[in-house]
Amino acid sequence: MAQIEEVTLDGMTHLVSNRALEGETMLLNMGPQHPSTHGVLRLLLELDGETVLNAIPDIGFLHTGIEKNMEAKTYQKAEVMTDRMDYMNTVGNNLAYCLAVEKLVGLDVPVRAQALRVVLAELKRISSHLVWLGTSALDLAAMSDFMYTFREREMILGILEMVSGQRMMTTYIRPGGVWRDVPVEFEAAVRDLLKIMPRRIDEYESLLTKNPLFIDRTAGIGKISAEDAVNWGLTGATLRGSGVNYDIRKFAPYSGYEQYDFEVPLRTEGDVRARYLVRIAEMRQSVRIVQQAMDKMPMGPVRSNNRKFVPPPRSEIGTSMEALIHHFKLWTEGFNAPRGFVYSAVESPRGEQGVYLESDGGPKPFRVHFRNPSFDNLQVLPVMAKGFLVADLVAIIGSVDIVLGDIDR
Amino acid sequence: MDSGLILEWVIKSVILVMVLLTGFAYLTWYERKILSRMQIRIGPNRAGIFGLLQPIADAVKLIFKEELIPDQAEKILFILAPIVTVVPAVVITATVPWGPDIMVFGRTIHMYIANIDVGVLYVTAIASIAVYGIVLAGWSSNNKYAMLGGLRSTAQMVSYELALGLSFVAVILLAGSMNMMQIVEAQKNVWFAVLQPTGAVVFLIATLAELNRAPFDMPEAEQELTAGYHVEYSGMKFALFFMAEYTKMIAISAISATIFFGGYREFWFLKDTFLSVDKIALLGPIYMFLKIIVLLFGMIWARATLPRIRYDRLMSFGWKAMLPLSLAVVLVSAFGIALAAINPLYIWFIPIVSIFLGFLTIGLVDRSLRRKVYAAG
Repeated sequence: MAQIEEVTLDGMTHLVSNRALEGETMLLNMGPQHPSTHGVLRLLLELDGETVLNAIPDIGFLHTGIEKNMEAKTYQKAEVMTDRMDYMNTVGNNLAYCLAVEKLVGLDVPVRAQALRVVLAELKRISSHLVWLGTSALDLAAMSDFMYTFREREMILGILEMVSGQRMMTTYIRPGGVWRDVPVEFEAAVRDLLKIMPRRIDEYESLLTKNPLFIDRTAGIGKISAEDAVNWGLTGATLRGSGVNYDIRKFAPYSGYEQYDFEVPLRTEGDVRARYLVRIAEMRQSVRIVQQAMDKMPMGPVRSNNRKFVPPPRSEIGTSMEALIHHFKLWTEGFNAPRGFVYSAVESPRGEQGVYLESDGGPKPFRVHFRNPSFDNLQVLPVMAKGFLVADLVAIIGSVDIVLGDIDR
Repeated sequence: MDSGLILEWVIKSVILVMVLLTGFAYLTWYERKILSRMQIRIGPNRAGIFGLLQPIADAVKLIFKEELIPDQAEKILFILAPIVTVVPAVVITATVPWGPDIMVFGRTIHMYIANIDVGVLYVTAIASIAVYGIVLAGWSSNNKYAMLGGLRSTAQMVSYELALGLSFVAVILLAGSMNMMQIVEAQKNVWFAVLQPTGAVVFLIATLAELNRAPFDMPEAEQELTAGYHVEYSGMKFALFFMAEYTKMIAISAISATIFFGGYREFWFLKDTFLSVDKIALLGPIYMFLKIIVLLFGMIWARATLPRIRYDRLMSFGWKAMLPLSLAVVLVSAFGIALAAINPLYIWFIPIVSIFLGFLTIGLVDRSLRRKVYAAG
């Protein structure tokens, strides 16, 4: 008979209490293949019965080395990798990266491109929240909402495919603007979505918000105070659920967010339910923003005319020698960015998605670092989960809304 | 006792077991179809017309799967556990009457396996055995998730069993008998679900817990314990757990139909028409079938709609809401029957007061939740 190799806890003894080593409490591995850890998160749980005494997150199962890989690519080509980080918010990642590059080289973005960026980023926010709503309701075994939310998400992915040719990894937003203007069907598709969305959000809510079982599973669970939330560096709905008003779209507007009239939903309770209500309200606000952006959508060019950084349109390449040279230079060598470093951040569906870019004067970034909201938000899980049951832990992970691709990058 | 009687029993048992096992297979199909329709999906539609051969395809797949037994598992109990779970699910229906007596080849055939005078007690006794299978499966798997699932199911059983038993008591009082046949006949004029609606609701909620069905499916809670007690099971042994759950769904629906919804009796408004079971005895099983289908639909609907309750909350719900309510239901039924002795019309005291009690309980539960929750935004 084959010998089973004894798995020892020696490497982890400093993480768990002495009671666990004596066998008085139970150590339980949750994940990385667990249906409710949203990807490949591993949690080492110390349980007393079903009460969570300690939850130690173990990450890195999805590590792809994106940050390091980006150093080997020109500024334009590196952007493609940002899609693969937070795969629920691909447009937002592109936007954060492009804003950083534009800040580094000093590029201006035409107003139409800015409006399109806002529309797509907000649509992607709705889509990300839809996935969150579906999966976190599914974690509580309310299985039908999942199908309803994915129905609308499909519409949003359809719009993204319409503008970029890709459903998820769009790379539609480019340094200096967007890839190309939207097709004519775009407006009708977005208006269709805007028309049904408010009623559909009501529909999701009708299954959950006032359901006594749902209230029971969410209210008072996974509480985090405003002070703790700030100290742990939480951002996004997880922070706003604790009553801290911090939204980069208001705090440091980018891409013309200051023109749009929207509110930042806040709850003060800091529990799973507060985060749920904040995200639901955020979806409604996003619909409002998209509505305004579509109404005010200016006409004009969609990318900067600065040929040193932005490739010329295809039509010019056939007729202009200069355009051909620029095109060739940009796609082989890339552009040289001035020495220095920038930090720019956008409000992703999960919180502050920051990009730190450092340039040594060459065509490739010297260092890229992402400040990913999921990573910071996950750290607080042990604090939130302490003293609750395994069933609540699942609800808490769902409410923090982590994307493992974002954490491990 | 003649030899024909033994033959009759054997044939009836075989038919019942066959019906239950085929019913189990098609219940999975029924559930998947309903769930998919509720969730704007299509559901199984590849194997056969409307996917009707899907259960057979599933069964064939499960039979040919490799049966894994974990190295560190308690082998005897590990193999025994699915059997302990599935047998009670099948034998529980023995006392359920499916129709009035019929004549076949000049022989009176009773449409039940056994007509024992303590039929209701038999049901409660057998229903509780199945939990041993779950606990043993959880423990013998030598898996922490399975262990937690097994522990949860013990906690669950302790908390719902009393309410279940007490809602049986209300029926026994109303019918004046524990014999299933007499309970059905006592509902000739009015269903007990009409006379004792709160008792029926308590019973239906308690049976959901009994069956480990959503929203009380904590022992197998997929999102929390991956699969709970049957996480280490594969192939046919896993299928047996599945079979137990779904067969039990049918059996419990049959029992609910029998004790609260008039059993094989026609709907009360069809009384004295040619559609009455007194005229055509073979309509009995058909009415039963219809009632079972509707009750099963309710269970599946609950699964599609409700989030899972937390197991400590189920315990407090069972002890603090269901148990007092079912005690009150028994008390009200007893009073009502005493009053009905004065004037038969006073029997309507029971539904009025028990509905009031039901709403009172809902109100109190709601208030205790409101205390937790802030105004929903």
